Amino acid sequence: MQTPTLFALLLLLILVAYGTGFSRAIGAARSRGGIRSLASLPSYYGVHTALWCGLPALVILGVWLAFDDAIIRALVLGGVADRPETLSGQNLLYAQIQNLAAGSLVGESTPQLAAAAAHLNSLRQSGQWLQTALILILAVGLGAYALMRVTPELRAREKVEKVLRVILLMCACAAIFTTVGILMSVLFESLRFFQAVPVTEFLFGLHWSPQMAMRADQVGSSGAFGAVPLFTGTLMVSAIAMFVAVPVGLMSAIYLAEYASNRVRAFAKPLIEILAGVPTVVYGFFAALTVAPFIRDLAQSVGLEASSESALAAGLVMGVMIIPFISSLSDDVINAVPQSLRDGALGLGSTKSETVRKVVIPAALPGIVGGVLLAVSRAIGETMIVVMAAGLAANLTANPLESVTTVTVQIVTLLVGDQEFDSPKTLAAFALGLMLFISTLILNFIALHVVKKYREQYD
Amino acid sequence: MSTMTLNAGPAAAVGDSTAEQNLVNTKADIKTVGSPFCDDAKLRMRNVNVFYGETQAIHDVSLDIGRNQVVAMIGPSGCGKSTFLRCLNRMNDTIEGCRVEGELSLDGDPIYGAKVDVVPLRARVGMVFQKPNPFPKSIYDNVAYGPKIHGIASRRAELDEIVENSLRRAGLWNEVKDRLDKPGTGLSGGQQQRLCIARAIAVSPEVILMDEPCSALDPIATARIEELIDELRENYTIAIVTHSMQQAARVSQRTAYFHLGKLVEVNDTETVFTNPEHELTEAYITGRFG
Repeated sequence: MQTPTLFALLLLLILVAYGTGFSRAIGAARSRGGIRSLASLPSYYGVHTALWCGLPALVILGVWLAFDDAIIRALVLGGVADRPETLSGQNLLYAQIQNLAAGSLVGESTPQLAAAAAHLNSLRQSGQWLQTALILILAVGLGAYALMRVTPELRAREKVEKVLRVILLMCACAAIFTTVGILMSVLFESLRFFQAVPVTEFLFGLHWSPQMAMRADQVGSSGAFGAVPLFTGTLMVSAIAMFVAVPVGLMSAIYLAEYASNRVRAFAKPLIEILAGVPTVVYGFFAALTVAPFIRDLAQSVGLEASSESALAAGLVMGVMIIPFISSLSDDVINAVPQSLRDGALGLGSTKSETVRKVVIPAALPGIVGGVLLAVSRAIGETMIVVMAAGLAANLTANPLESVTTVTVQIVTLLVGDQEFDSPKTLAAFALGLMLFISTLILNFIALHVVKKYREQYD
Repeated sequence: MSTMTLNAGPAAAVGDSTAEQNLVNTKADIKTVGSPFCDDAKLRMRNVNVFYGETQAIHDVSLDIGRNQVVAMIGPSGCGKSTFLRCLNRMNDTIEGCRVEGELSLDGDPIYGAKVDVVPLRARVGMVFQKPNPFPKSIYDNVAYGPKIHGIASRRAELDEIVENSLRRAGLWNEVKDRLDKPGTGLSGGQQQRLCIARAIAVSPEVILMDEPCSALDPIATARIEELIDELRENYTIAIVTHSMQQAARVSQRTAYFHLGKLVEVNDTETVFTNPEHELTEAYITGRFG
């Protein structure tokens, strides 16, 4: 039986197990005088039976599917007398055998290959049988065992909830393990990079030019991996973005939360949040095609030297992108400030603006700071706008009219196109990624800590 | 001083439950009985109607609150006593759709009207709320908040003096004098409420409105606040809404009984609790509903 069919059958079995468990519990209750005589509600008996029936079978099926191919491959290759030594040779041979088995081999075939292909086919077929038999026996057998155990004394709810707790725990762990996995993959590649380039040169070098000579006689390709220009570029673009986003976002949040009537609020809040739905690529167009030339022309008209790709353009547009992020978070925080504090301030004769400035905002400040820090991590991680509007030149400059580049942009350019994964040029991307990961992690950590402190104050 | 006539009302036999139900739900003309007016009125309210959108919460209430007097407002939940109290310093302005009609004046100055600035009004009529609501600032800053925004103190020493005096009057000074820089939210419930009273008197108001100031407090803290109200009467005019009839009896000179948005009876507190004029008042204070 094919795996999808088997899977469907298994689901059907689980449903049947639930139904029979449920009705058996009701039957058992009837002879004892009602559902109250059961240790748990009938549906828990149903779920309990279904879990016994389905869970072990599903786990075994998953394990089987994970190791199925590897085991068959080892068996088939083990049966071939003169197999090549290298891994790539073995891969090639196995691919040939697979193609032959599927009946789509182009070119000549040897008796040895034909025998291996037949071996593969027979292994696959018996594997399929074995799988079907094992899964069905497991499901039916354990389901029947659980069904027999359905008695009024069985504490089905406790058992079901224990299983549910484990499932919830595993879901939570999935996110954690993914983070750890990402960190590890970046970390190991970074370590390889730091074997080629010293950490101090990477962290404190002032020159970034990651062109490695591919041949010994190539000219003009020194590898310089000083990341300082990238970090200053990132800082400058993010700082400009926050300079735009924090005041505008905060003030729009104050307007929406404190001054706007319900009708205006119902109309304006979704409109502002539309900004958050614009894809960053579109912001990138806007920055590169409209804002950057405008800034260049403006700067030239007052006699300043300006590049057509500038940190200012990217930062401004990124700031606009972040406005809804800050305004929405701050709006929630400001709304969470208890009305009694506003009443208290107004009752003392404060004006509306005194109430907002001296009572509401200070009370909401920790939450606002948390929101702003989250927004900073977003600005640092933002790539698309900067790629399109700020340029690629790694200038170490404090002039926002010049083109700069950021960490994320360099990661993209280092990894785009054909790359060898043993050159420091490629590996540099991972080192940059690691730095970025660490800095946003720290920012998020601080932000969450601040937000948590705020929550403790009002609950 | 005008005395209004006793309302006939439905002739209810006491103890008859349906008749009593009729009495409680009566929407018939309730005319205020007793003595709602006084000669030396600090606050004068005439024919006050309050609407929340289409619903009328207060019907034609006229009442005077005398100088240096504590007036208690009692009545079952939802009878409009808090709404009425909040008219006196225009706190109802913050509620969307709330409309106030009638003549209200503080020492002859109108409370409502296009030309009235609500900020100095609220500085003259302070308010203490049901739930203690200290600002998330230090104890000192909580009390200094009002004087600062009204520019009452020009020098730090002056401000220090106001803070100390206010805390002393609120009976909190000895408990907090060593930790003025600690957050006001860290105090106990009763201390927080006394801090709110100190905050209110720091702007030297003429009237203090109290909206069930003790309902969130334990009996000991309540007793302290009640003592405090009695002391404050020397300098301030106080209107207090309360659910506790014992409290009304203990702290007030005059008591006003509200029922379904109408003012039923106003009399000396002693009269209200020993010899009520109106049968609704009697039914309420003897605990037959409420």
